[in-house]
Amino acid sequence: MPKPYELTALEVAHMIRSQELKAEEYIASTLDRVRRVDEKIHAFVTLTREEGLNRAREIDEKARKKERLGRLAGVAIAVKDNMCTRGIRTTCSSRMLEIYVPPYDATVIRKLYDEDAIIIGKTNMDEFAMGTTTETSYFGVTHNPWNLRKVPGGSSGGSAASVTAEESTVALGSDTGGSIRCPASYCSTIGLKPTYGLVSRYGLISYANSLEQIGPLTKNVHDCALLLSVISGRDFMDSTSLDLPPKDYEASLKDDVRGLRIGLPREFFGEGVEDEVKKAVWKAVDLFESLGAVYEKVSLPSMNYALAAYYVVAMSEASSNLARYDGLRYGYRDERDEGDWSTVYAKDRRIGFGMEVRRRIILGTYALSAGYYDQYYLKALRVRTIIRRDFEKVLKDFDVLVGPTMPLLPFDIGEKISDPLTLYMCDILTVPANLTGYPAISLPAGFVDGLPLGLQITGKPFDEGTILRAAYAFEQNTDYHERRPNIK
Amino acid sequence: MKSAAKRHITQEEVEHVVWLAHIDLAEEEKALFTEQLNRILDFFRDIDQAHTENVPPTYHVLDLVNIHRSDKAKESLSKDESLENAPRKEDGFFKSPKIV
Repeated sequence: MPKPYELTALEVAHMIRSQELKAEEYIASTLDRVRRVDEKIHAFVTLTREEGLNRAREIDEKARKKERLGRLAGVAIAVKDNMCTRGIRTTCSSRMLEIYVPPYDATVIRKLYDEDAIIIGKTNMDEFAMGTTTETSYFGVTHNPWNLRKVPGGSSGGSAASVTAEESTVALGSDTGGSIRCPASYCSTIGLKPTYGLVSRYGLISYANSLEQIGPLTKNVHDCALLLSVISGRDFMDSTSLDLPPKDYEASLKDDVRGLRIGLPREFFGEGVEDEVKKAVWKAVDLFESLGAVYEKVSLPSMNYALAAYYVVAMSEASSNLARYDGLRYGYRDERDEGDWSTVYAKDRRIGFGMEVRRRIILGTYALSAGYYDQYYLKALRVRTIIRRDFEKVLKDFDVLVGPTMPLLPFDIGEKISDPLTLYMCDILTVPANLTGYPAISLPAGFVDGLPLGLQITGKPFDEGTILRAAYAFEQNTDYHERRPNIK
Repeated sequence: MKSAAKRHITQEEVEHVVWLAHIDLAEEEKALFTEQLNRILDFFRDIDQAHTENVPPTYHVLDLVNIHRSDKAKESLSKDESLENAPRKEDGFFKSPKIV
């Protein structure tokens, strides 16, 4: 009999609805797990024990009275600390927002509550989601549950680590350039970046609006489909969320990939990709083939400048978005206002923002400034069009694209953090999905010396159903997703 | 790793951009940032390889133009809620540093 904290969301919701399991007992079991392992992992910035337990009691009461319970009845969810939660501190892992308590809920949070999910805490991340390792957090680094010396990936490192370490049953992350898929790969969870416009961004603290989406991090594909069904949909508070008929993504979960046309972009197997990673991906491709899928190599020449274009766009948008932190309505402000407005503003922003955030704001300001706008920002936007056309063309002939999520296996904490450019290079395989807006998922696809690696499947816009079906079929025929780390 | 990157920006220019962005840098950060920014700007020039004549820019990926709603006031945050997180406030207002 598994311990309550080891269950999947689907199992928990079912057992709580049928009163085989008390929500209170399950939440207590999960919080006890956090108490035992989070000292080593540091997945959470803030825990909401009392609120969580109170909500569990309310749900048990509803179950007892046979009232309607939602699709996530009692499910313990960890939320990345850049989504606003009313009455719960939301820091973006930044000193700037260390004591910020939002007066409203993000739309995804409201949707979770509507389905009776229980938020047990807010997870650690790279400051303002700017990073690939969760090392830039003001509150300290998160450790990879598979090997505590290694990075968990980022920027949603706390969310992914909490799922892997079974400190939460599911989690939400956000993905601007790979921030869900990278930690999913490094921690061996499922991580999905939905199509741009599928999930409301209202209440997500902005970093680069035209690139980011909120998405699930889960133990298996079924939980991913369930969570996506809950959080997706039109929202009048986000004018970039699309008006599409609601979908039940669980219905696409079929162990059948016969005839699925897989494109393998050559550029995803380039020289920067470790051999062990390539090997594992080829093994996955062979498996798909044995299950009846067909594959062919394809070429996406614009991949050569995708990374640079991504960073120009992301930093430019960041410099504009983060101009709002003026210490006036919220955010860090020094004890005394010494000097005029502009002096106070500049000083508070030096103290409130960490190095990487300041680096990106400064570079973005430069790329948008008179004389450089055409050369950097506008040029990057034109390149973005070329990249979109490339992907569109290839996906006319194929259902999905398959490749690695990350070029490298998880590396040591501290190994790359002092060299920003080397870290940026790690995002080469994940940024195209953000530039194009296409959906992409990372799945557990193997281990090398005890370290996990992920397989990335990219699909057509709003065709999450197909990538979930492919992911589900892969999962049904492998056991990587069932392995758990021995945390020591 | 490219080490002898072409100089795209001088320390003086970095200080000017820093002023535009309203972010102070500590004295010892100025040289470090100048060096790092030059290397990153050098990498940005990868986009120069792309032929973009007559290619329109992509500002966002959706085919949406304007999204309107009816011009009716909706419920919003109360004054107290809006002021809850303000570091300084006075008589129901945000209190700013000296402007002029």
